[in-house]
Amino acid sequence: MNAIILSAIWGVVMMFSGVFIKSKTIPKYLAIFGLTLVFIANATEFVSHQSFFRFGISDMLKTDNFNLVFIAIALGCTLIYFLLSGSEIEKVGEHVGEYFALIFFILCGVSLAATFNTLLMLFIGIEIISIPLYILTGSDKRNLKSNEAALKYFLMGAFSTGILLMGIAFVYGGNPNASFYIDQIQLGHGEMPVLISIGLLFILVSLSFKVSAAPFHFWTPDVYDGAPTVFTSFMSTIVKVAGFFAFIRLFEHAFGSIHDQWQTLIVIITVTTLLIGNITAVFQQSVKRMLAYSSIAQAGFMMLAIFALNDKAKEGLLLYSAAYSLATIGIFGVLTKMQDYTIDGFNGLAKSNPFLALATTICLLSLTGVPLTAGFQSKFFMLMAAIENGHHIWLAIVAVIFAAISAYYYFRIIQAMYFKDAASGQPTTGEISKGFQLMLGLIVILIIVIGVYPEIVIGWLYH
Amino acid sequence: MGNYITFPDLLIWLPILAGIICFSVGKEKAAKSIAILFSLMILGVSISTLFFTNEVKYLMYNNVNYLWLKYLGANYYIGLDPLGRMLTLLTAIAFPMVFISTSISSKPKPASFYGLMMLTQAGLMGVFMALDALSFYFFWELALVPVYFLSSIWGGEKRIQATFKFFVYTFAGSLLMLIGIIYVYLHTGARSFEDGTLAAHSFSLSSFYNAQLTAVEQNGLFALFFVAFAIKMPIFPFHTWQPDAYDQSPTPVTMVLSGIMVKMGLFGVMRWLIPVFPMATIHFKNIVIVLSIVGVVYASCIAMMQDNIKKLIAYSSIAHIGLMCASLFAMNQISIQGVLLQMFNHGINIIGMWIVVEIIENKTGIKKISALGGLANTAPVLTIFMVIISLANIALPLTNAFTGEFLMFSGLYNYNKWFAAVAGLGIILSAVYTLNMIQKVFYGSVHHTTAETTDITWNQKLVLTIIVVIIFFVGIYPQPLIELTKGAVDNMMISIK
Repeated sequence: MNAIILSAIWGVVMMFSGVFIKSKTIPKYLAIFGLTLVFIANATEFVSHQSFFRFGISDMLKTDNFNLVFIAIALGCTLIYFLLSGSEIEKVGEHVGEYFALIFFILCGVSLAATFNTLLMLFIGIEIISIPLYILTGSDKRNLKSNEAALKYFLMGAFSTGILLMGIAFVYGGNPNASFYIDQIQLGHGEMPVLISIGLLFILVSLSFKVSAAPFHFWTPDVYDGAPTVFTSFMSTIVKVAGFFAFIRLFEHAFGSIHDQWQTLIVIITVTTLLIGNITAVFQQSVKRMLAYSSIAQAGFMMLAIFALNDKAKEGLLLYSAAYSLATIGIFGVLTKMQDYTIDGFNGLAKSNPFLALATTICLLSLTGVPLTAGFQSKFFMLMAAIENGHHIWLAIVAVIFAAISAYYYFRIIQAMYFKDAASGQPTTGEISKGFQLMLGLIVILIIVIGVYPEIVIGWLYH
Repeated sequence: MGNYITFPDLLIWLPILAGIICFSVGKEKAAKSIAILFSLMILGVSISTLFFTNEVKYLMYNNVNYLWLKYLGANYYIGLDPLGRMLTLLTAIAFPMVFISTSISSKPKPASFYGLMMLTQAGLMGVFMALDALSFYFFWELALVPVYFLSSIWGGEKRIQATFKFFVYTFAGSLLMLIGIIYVYLHTGARSFEDGTLAAHSFSLSSFYNAQLTAVEQNGLFALFFVAFAIKMPIFPFHTWQPDAYDQSPTPVTMVLSGIMVKMGLFGVMRWLIPVFPMATIHFKNIVIVLSIVGVVYASCIAMMQDNIKKLIAYSSIAHIGLMCASLFAMNQISIQGVLLQMFNHGINIIGMWIVVEIIENKTGIKKISALGGLANTAPVLTIFMVIISLANIALPLTNAFTGEFLMFSGLYNYNKWFAAVAGLGIILSAVYTLNMIQKVFYGSVHHTTAETTDITWNQKLVLTIIVVIIFFVGIYPQPLIELTKGAVDNMMISIK
């Protein structure tokens, strides 16, 4: 509750900051300050189990440890993202305050999507996330690619929103209780009612679209590639894992009891996502595009949580959201400093800037899932969840084979940085500030700390 | 456990500390001295563990056990038992020899080289001491990552492809093993901790030994684990990464790879495969033995045709490891004792071989056998050492490998005559290619490439002398090594029953 309302309010504050403050750097500090406030407010709600705000929302939103921890992770990652890449946001265009405002609105949507208790709130949450994203994608107004990406994203996104709404209508219509509450959907005994199964299918398709799971992923590479790199960093991490949270929350509470009837669909989606994401990423030359496909591949691993739908899966999703977001934000942060976005652009980085190369390497190792990094722990928990589920053990084997394939494209960057020499004469990176290095160091430390001791994240669930 | 420093602590943290210091000093001379100094200290620690073998009396000195992931029931649990003690000793002997006998001063960033080498040692020590499946998996992978960087930065021309192939192979194998570990873990009993919390399952070795698994489950899991270990050893047909990796890695790294890392696979089979899945082992053992023996003959045949001296040794290593794996799965007291002896001996001998090859390559810049010749005239001392080490490699009596191979063969013979007969071909072929190599490289007419070579330096002499002393000592009087590993054999025999 705190996070929803405060981030919405601070979004408005940021919006008006553009009117009163002419400086380009002040909005960043204002945003960091506001986000810290939201984070603290969320933490107090976690400790006291009481929100600052009381409204007669009659249980349309429900908080528990699980979603409060997730909101904390999302806010924390966004804070790190602001600190790391805030100065890049300033470079995108004129209306700096508005970019931050949009991100705050998205955070409001993220918190809604994590705490919804009715299908309506789910819809509103997803929409609050999506609409600012369309704007952010097109924020580089004079760049044709950015415009194309925004239009494409908007058309496809609007279409999938329609499908979501249609699915919700079907579920509502097929529900004898005539209720939007996710725990009051009567699924019948044995066979599912036809209306509800159609609704479930529609919702499944739409949410798969939002988390860019194959075969609903076609927008992802173009949009991620076209959007300004700083915003790609945000939308491929925090927004994506928020989608997964909405996904698992809905399917656990609303359709958990008929898990076996839709599990096969998830298996198909998982395998296709892993296949398409990993295989296509292998052939990319641009790091930005490769990261777009890698985010599809990682989504395949996160789908395992929805496949398994047990306690380990929820722990795993928390770890995954932290591990994946941190590493990806780190790599995108480095990418924004590079002169050349191709893999060859990383050649010889280890010589010209050893620290940057080391940090990138650790982020990449984390995405690959090498032990001692957070990425390993998250993959480990996901596999544990999938195996504990008991059905389709082969799915875990498929997942690790693709994890091994993913080493190929992540290591290409490592190979470029350490074992190849830069083309002579040109600097590989732009100017790198002390603060940037400090934040990158913090990300690396967090990755390793979570990798060694994951209970630092999931321990809060049992607080 | 207690508040004092234990042996496992020292064996893990000394190399890590040394690695960090090496990274920070930055100068080659200083880094090398630090690496040598620390590796000798580790050797000292490792030797002193031999005097604290009583498991009951010195329990506190030999085990480290901390709570790690409470909700999962995973501990950071490492300790020394007879098997681990022998392999940590081998690791501790190998590293100072590698550091003293080789030099990488011609290559860039030498300090990081020593740092990564020390980190590799820490990973290897951890693998050999882990008594908890998750700790084992962590160390297993941690030994791999520094080796990847070592080979890729300081290796030969085609190093990037060769070492990446090596990395992906072993990484895929270990991920499959991870699935196996998780599956077994989910079938272990609950355990309680000292502070009263209860975990539903446990990763500890003993609960893995008592996991409730049906025969069908065991068979599937055996396959998952075996692939990981077979890739590491390597066993035919999982060996294709190995010759390229050995050829392209810098020789110090190749020594570690072939002398110690391949033992990780055998060690994994002994500690984690056979005792955890006894039923599946009986089910699969003939298949494994056949694969291993096919590997022995196949690798020996290829070794005969090799003109690249490094690849020749790589293939000879595949043949030797295949033989060890076959006798391990013969699973009788004699064969297992033989394997344990041979694990140690093979480690020593192959490091000796690599040292000689490194010297030849450094002096002449050539690794083609046909382009070399007559080294005995220009480097007589080197020749004597190489002949002794090669004879040990083909297991001539009085050398260390003879005792090991003799026991292995008699064990294999007791299990099945035909297996022993076909595997025996490997011995004959190994004599053929090794002696052939000696003859072509060291004797015959002096080739223009070798005419200018000088004999070896004192540090190489020192290390090779130590190796030769070990070869003869173990060959003539293997009793201490048998005593050291006897406990491991007994443990294996108990777990099989």
